[in-house]
Formats: sequence, structure tokens, C-alpha cells
Amino acid sequence: MSTSDTRPPALLGTSGLIFIAVLVAAAILVPVLNLLTAPGSALHVPTYVVSLLGKYLTYALLALSVDLIWGYVGILSLGHGAFFALGGYAMGMYLMRQIGTRGVYGDPILPDFMVFLNWKELPWFWYGFDMFPFAAVMVVLAPGILALVFGWFAFRSRVTGVYLSIITQAMTFALLLAFFRNDMGFGGNNGLTDFKDILGFNIQADGTRATLFALSALALALGYVLCRYLVRSHFGKVLIAIRDAETRVRFTGYRAENYKLVAFVVSAALAGIAGALYVPQVGIINPSEFSPANSIEIIVWVAVGGRGTLVGAALGAVLVNYAKTYFTSGFLAPYWLFMLGGLFVAVTLFLPKGIVGTFYEWRDRRKAATGEADEPVAEPRPAE
Amino acid sequence: MSDIETLAPETADAPAEGLGAAKTGLTEALLYLNGVTVTFDGFRALNELSFTVDPGEMRAIIGPNGAGKTTMMDVITGKTRPDKGDVYFNEGRTDLTKLDETEIVTLGIGRKFQKPTVFESHTVLDNLRLALKGQRAALANIFRKETAAERERIDEIFETIKLTEHRDRLGGNLSHGQKQWLEIGMLLAQDPKLLLVDEPVAGMTDAETAQTAELLREINANGHSVVVVEHDMTFVRDLGVRVLCLHEGSVLAEGTLDQVSANERVIEVYLGR
Ligand SMILES: Nc1ncnc2c1ncn2[C@@H]1O[C@H](COP(=O)(O)OP(=O)(O)OP(=O)(O)O)[C@@H](O)[C@H]1O
Ligand SMILES: [Mg+2]
Repeated sequence: MSTSDTRPPALLGTSGLIFIAVLVAAAILVPVLNLLTAPGSALHVPTYVVSLLGKYLTYALLALSVDLIWGYVGILSLGHGAFFALGGYAMGMYLMRQIGTRGVYGDPILPDFMVFLNWKELPWFWYGFDMFPFAAVMVVLAPGILALVFGWFAFRSRVTGVYLSIITQAMTFALLLAFFRNDMGFGGNNGLTDFKDILGFNIQADGTRATLFALSALALALGYVLCRYLVRSHFGKVLIAIRDAETRVRFTGYRAENYKLVAFVVSAALAGIAGALYVPQVGIINPSEFSPANSIEIIVWVAVGGRGTLVGAALGAVLVNYAKTYFTSGFLAPYWLFMLGGLFVAVTLFLPKGIVGTFYEWRDRRKAATGEADEPVAEPRPAE
Repeated sequence: MSDIETLAPETADAPAEGLGAAKTGLTEALLYLNGVTVTFDGFRALNELSFTVDPGEMRAIIGPNGAGKTTMMDVITGKTRPDKGDVYFNEGRTDLTKLDETEIVTLGIGRKFQKPTVFESHTVLDNLRLALKGQRAALANIFRKETAAERERIDEIFETIKLTEHRDRLGGNLSHGQKQWLEIGMLLAQDPKLLLVDEPVAGMTDAETAQTAELLREINANGHSVVVVEHDMTFVRDLGVRVLCLHEGSVLAEGTLDQVSANERVIEVYLGR
């Protein structure tokens, strides 16, 4: 008699299905309401709103990438803004090279800032970025390779907890300083901007903006499915086990550092894709994206939505950024950072599982009461 | 309990030669410790500790708190590096002091911790799935599908450890005793040659304690070597195996339980208190 569960576990739960459905609906509706309704009509979605929503979705993908490693492996990365920014720079370099002779100085090869700095030749690391497929590969490779090298050293030397968080901050801070320098060849302080078109389409056009929005929704949906698949696989179960009792995992014969490394690289690549979708929608990428505070903000989004729930991370990113847009445009603007800090403290104290996590807990308790499922466990005790 | 037959470790294990300097010919023992010393900030937790475990043997280790029993397991499993001394596995073929935890587990040494550590936010079933002998590589495990043989094996282990009805509960929600059994089940799932079991009956009822002794005897009868650390003398008597008494990091007495408990020094430092 075999009593083991032979049913393959469902890839998407109820909340996952709702999440995907909302994204698909948004990917269709928002462009339709932008392009096919008359401006001024009640149903019209103005283009600036399309781009704003698109930006939120790229933040949501970034939050998802952080949740994969923080929520499921327990790695508190305070440097994920760096992977996002690297993906953004890769896309920005492509967009710069599309400008061609339309720049202020009209140089067919060199971007304006290089002409301004009296450079005669394109630096070698700008080669290939005139081709979209190359840039698209770099969007994933640049953050992926950084994560691979960083993670390889950090996880092998078993740096964990606060120390790991601190060196991720140091990493993004070092990149911030580097990208600020003019001689690095990435536009220094001003970054990359004044983009004209993407794949031949005018980057300011409503149609392009709507398409970028839809692509962001699609990327978020696919990113979610990927993360969901990963965390439910045997690999993902090992990740969760590492989060709860890393020593035990090693004594069960798994190389915890390899599992962390794979998750970290996948996460960095997702963050890079988010950055690449972000840049054409906001029209600029500059070194401030590397600032340590940015990376900390991502953690707040994930905590608000619910760590270790994926859907919650995305929701948290959208909610907090909506609040940010709302409050930073009014008289409350100078107080936004205090509000963000207060929000984080409040969530940590009163809603430690975040919005979605609290909802799941409530649902599981209800199921447990009717005998359908086991009580949810309290915060797992760390193993010695 | 016929399922225990399938628990015997593979005899055709890959020889571990080439891992560290071999001491083949030196010993026939499965596990060989000689002159092992471990100091923590000048304090000698292990002091010239020497003993051996034969293939297929079960050995009980007793001794007062702080005698170094857990430290000894830390040394064998690569968690703590000895300051000096030899630790060899597989008839002297493998130097354990040169390997890390994961390599040692892969050689076939499984360990149950003193404080039961199961994966709390995983179901009992997933705990066993994770422990089950098999693929350990990260990338391969992304696409891994459970086989029918693996499901059967897990069902067998569930019957052995008597947790079948708790399979869908979360590890963190089990009682202390159930966690101990789950951890023994996870050890069985790993199918090691040598099981190191640190205080398996702590927190168990008398009935559970007796069942655990029975379980370990069965595991041993099917070819696994076992080293059990325990304070519970009734349990040690139930095991009916050779006993080693540790004190201040070295062997105080060795023999049958009757011989060891008749030893004056043992009575003085341990039993008599
Ligand atoms: N990491 C460590 N750092 C410092 N001292 C340690 C460390 N680990 C163990 N010790 C000390 O080494 C001695 C032996 O500890 P060990 O845990 O091996 O004892 P034990 O025989 O398992 O005792 P118990 O029966 O209480 O489990 C103790 O005095 C302990 O305090
Ligand atoms: Mg101990």
C-alpha cells in the first residue's frame, strides 16, 4: 500500500492564478485604454500613467527577485539595486548607441558624453551594444556574472547573516562610486539619457510606451512562474531547508553554498531584466540607482507585502511605490523617508509576515481548525 | 518489519582511496580514532581520545556532561577539526580530518544531533524526501522528479519510524519525541554505513525509549554500524552492546555495561552522582 502523495503539486496556487490573471488583464486593458480611447474621455489612461505603472511593475519584478533569496534562502541582500542598475545600464548602452547622429554633437558612433570628454574612440566594452540581441544577453550576463563571482566567494567562505548583508551594501556602494567617475565610460554623474528609439520605435511614442508596459507585465508574470517553479522543486525545498537549518542541510549531504549560488545568480538575472525594462520607461539611468538606500528600499517593499510569498513581494513593491508617488508629490514630500522608515518599523512590529503572509497565516489557521491542514509553524527556530 | 532488510548499506561503495593519506593495513576498523585532542581556548574538550568501531558494530557511549561526547561526533563529522590525532574511516582508507561535512556525509556517515533538528517549515514527508539517498547536485535537483522506488522507500521508512499518520504535518509542529524519530528516519533515508546518534531518547516516554532501542537494534542488525551517545541507562541496557565511558575527553572505561558500571572510577565520576 503506497500512501505517498503521487499527485504532482500544482504549479500555481489560487493567489498565483489571481496574480497572473491580474497581470494579463492589465497587459491588455491598460494599453487598450491608453491607445483606443480619446484623451479626455473618462476611460482614458494617459501615457504618463502607463509609464508610471510600467515602472511599478519593474519594481515588482525586482522585489520578486529579492524575495527569492531573502524569503526562501534567508539571504538578506542589501545590494540588489546593483543588479537592477547593471541590467539598466546594459539597456541604456543599447539605447545610447541607437541615438546615432541625432545627438547634440552628431557623432555617428560616440555618445555625446564621450565627445564632450574628448574621447576619440569607443571603449571596448561599448562594442556590440549597437545590436539589441547582444545588449539583451548582457542584461542578464552582467548582473549574473557579478552575482556568480560575489556569491562564489561569499558563500564558500560561509559569510552569512549581518556580515553578508553588509558586504552586499559595500558592493553596491563601490559600484556607485565607480559609475560616478567620468573615466569609467558610463556617462559619470549624468548617466545615460536622451534616448531616441528602441528597436526602431520612437521611445516617446504612446504605442512604444504601451508595449513596454505590456512587456513589463509579461516579464513579471514569467518571473513569478519561474520563481514559483524553483521554490516548489526539490531544489527549492533545499533552499527553504537552508533558510531554516543550514547546518542540518550540510549534514544531509547537500552543498549549501552551491544552492545559494544558483539562487543568487537567478535572482540577480531577474533583477537585471527588471532594470532593463525600467530604463526605457523612465528614460534615464544614472549612478544613483546604485545607492545603498535604494537596495534597502526593496527590502521594505518585500517586508510590507510579505516575505517568502512571491506575490506579496510584487504587491508590496507596487503599494509602497504608489504611496511614494502620492506622498512625494505633495506637501508631505520632505517627510517621505521618515514615512518609509516608520512603515518598515510598523510592519516589523505589527505585521511581521507582511500583508500576504498574514493573509496566508489566517487562511492556514482556518484550514487547520477544520482539520484540512496542519497549523502553520511559528517562525522556524534557527538550528545550532 | 521486513522492510529493514533493504536498509543494509551498499557493499560496493566506491573506495575512498586517494582522500588524504591512507592508513590501510593499520586497522580493520570502520572508524578509527587515535590520540584525538581538541582544545577550546586552552580547555581540552578531547584529550588523547582513542577508540575504534568495527564494521557492523553498535557502540554505546556514556559519560558525564561535558565529557566530550558531542565534540567527538563533531570531530568525526568534520564540524570541528582536531588539534592533533588521527581519524580514519573505512579500514583506514579515508582520513576524515581532511574532508568537509558534506564529503563525510557522502562517504556514508550520518548524524543525529543532540538537539533534534528537522526542517521545521517542511512537512514530515518533505523532510524524508530531502534526506533520501540520491541526487545532491543543485542544478539537477531543479528538474528532479520523484521515482516510484523513492516513494516506496519513503513509505517503508514511515512504517519503521511510525510517523505515517503525521506525514503531512509540518516538522516544526511535531512533539519532541516525534522529532527525534523523524531525525532517525532521515538518517535511515540517507542510508549511511555509520550512524552517529546523539542522545536519541532525551525527552521520550519510557515506552518510546524502549521502541527507540528496538529500532536502533534493528537498524544495526541490518548491517549499519551505530554509535549512540546516551545518558539513559535503561536504554543503554536495552541496546545490549559494548559501552565506552568518556570522562574529561578520554576513555575512562570500556566493556559490557555491567563491567563499565562496576568500574570504581565510573561510579565516582558518573554513576554515583
Ligand atoms: N564550540 C565550543 N567552544 C568552547 N567550548 C566548547 C565548545 N563545544 C564544546 N565545548 C566544551 O567542551 C566540553 C565538552 O562538550 P561536549 O558538548 O562534547 O560534552 P558532552 O559530553 O556532549 O556533554 P553533554 O552530555 O552535556 O551533551 C564542554 O565543557 C563544553 O563546554
Ligand atoms: Mg552532548
